[in-house]
Amino acid sequence: MKIAVCLKRVPDMDVRFKIAPSGTAVDEAGLKFDISDFDGYAVEAALQIKEKLNAGEVVVISLGGDVVQETLRKAMSMGADRAVQLKADGTHVDSFAIASALAAELKDGGYDLIMFGRMSIDTAHGVTGAIVAELLGLPCVNAISKLEFDGRTAKMRRELEGAYELVECALPAVVTIDEGIARPRYPSLKGIMAAKKKPLETKPAQLPAVRLSLDALALPPERAAGRIIGEGTAAVPELVRLLKEEAKVL
Amino acid sequence: MSAHVLAFAESRGGELRRAALEAVTAARRIADARGGQVHAILFGAAGIGAHAAALGAHGADRVLVVEHAGFAQNNPEAVAATIAAKMSGYGACVATASATGKDVAPRVAAKLKVPMAADATAFEVKGEAITVTHPGYTGKILQSITLTASPAVLSVRAGAYLPVANAKAGEVEAVAPVADPAASRVRVTETAAGNTAKLDLGEAPVIVSGGRGLKEAANFSLVEALAGAFGNAAVGATRAVTDDGWRPHADQIGQTGRLVSPDLYIACGISGAIQHLAGMRTSKTIVAINKDKEAPIFKVADYGVVGDVLEILPVLTEAVKRAKAQ
Repeated sequence: MKIAVCLKRVPDMDVRFKIAPSGTAVDEAGLKFDISDFDGYAVEAALQIKEKLNAGEVVVISLGGDVVQETLRKAMSMGADRAVQLKADGTHVDSFAIASALAAELKDGGYDLIMFGRMSIDTAHGVTGAIVAELLGLPCVNAISKLEFDGRTAKMRRELEGAYELVECALPAVVTIDEGIARPRYPSLKGIMAAKKKPLETKPAQLPAVRLSLDALALPPERAAGRIIGEGTAAVPELVRLLKEEAKVL
Repeated sequence: MSAHVLAFAESRGGELRRAALEAVTAARRIADARGGQVHAILFGAAGIGAHAAALGAHGADRVLVVEHAGFAQNNPEAVAATIAAKMSGYGACVATASATGKDVAPRVAAKLKVPMAADATAFEVKGEAITVTHPGYTGKILQSITLTASPAVLSVRAGAYLPVANAKAGEVEAVAPVADPAASRVRVTETAAGNTAKLDLGEAPVIVSGGRGLKEAANFSLVEALAGAFGNAAVGATRAVTDDGWRPHADQIGQTGRLVSPDLYIACGISGAIQHLAGMRTSKTIVAINKDKEAPIFKVADYGVVGDVLEILPVLTEAVKRAKAQ
């Protein structure tokens, strides 16, 4: 099975972000970057499929400046066979434009399965995979938490609010990956060494005109500072009184 | 550009979802700003049209009812194809960013070859443009994005536009699906209840959530008991807990799980990792119970109680029961 995994380089979220002087970008100074969480699950799920079938190829693709090469190498150190960088400097906010560039690369790739994380952890729009599927005319199953194959039929589980659905679809197809499917492995030293020799191809991203604008970034208003009302079970009567009389939620 | 707005009215198992009323409520804002009408589009098996009245009562001037046996289960391909084909008469399409809405909206945008704005917590109509606010970076950065393409396709976060009673005609128009729902390549073979909670996390006014501080999976019974005492509460969990298999992944609240804004959120044995705060910090009132008084959860808690959650929960449960009985 030939599998493509589209992935995004994102900053570690465990920091206090600053907005760059432009007002429309996050200040990247001092930030650490890695594969976006859900994309990492997708890489792992793809590698497990390849290992189970003992055949096929896993190709990782990322759109961005040369900094994404490091992200692609990480995926290859986990076990992906080769990588494609769709070179595009700057920040990109129009998911339709990004999806168009990805679709142009994926179109003639002969992929049986195209995988995405269900959303990136930074901009968190969660629409790119489905748009790529539509542009390629492929079926798409979003936010799957399980994936098995019965011949050329993918059998999946999708989480809904308070329920789940079991979904089937013939390959080729696009899927976006939710939590729970597979925990990404850590690259082994051997994997890291091997990744240095794996092919990483760079080509210009075929980005169409951007048709939406990112006007500004802002920091959310802070909640009022927290208040500790007491300790242990002795604080319960006061808590119940406040919930009743002040917050009026009881 | 048409001033009319089409709202995706999602249903499941023949029942209307609250997300449908939220989509209509959000669509109403756009239509009212432009002097247009709101039409809701409702898909389901025969009989789904009975819900048109509820959509009318919440602001739909017209309800396009698409009945077909192939819509008994989610059928995003045929739903998106039908919505996209109908969009010529509309300036905007609004869905709620629920599991179903998030699945449908980008397909519609792609079919129409327009960009879309996803998961908006607020929006503003500025003539032909719509500017949305979307929280990214685990809720720590708000993006302000303007859509100028027509039609505008957007999804609004669940809970951001609560249903408002706003009676309109709700006249029913039967519509045939554009694509044969039976021919969709993606087939839902079964829809099943995912957890035993009566109330869904997105709809419950109260959420009681547990973290590692509960020490073991069995102690979640204390969280469930407190939720039971409220009677209108759902049970949530942190990522640490769902990763360890104490609770199903579907119960996870946080940036990578459910994003919730209940009236009351009670965090039990939760330290308040950024990933968790991103999913619940917009709750109206937050209570935290944790033994570590330095835990970050106390920075966002309106009411913090320092102590052993295993001791405090049974006492709080009894106190809530007494308060409810009054």
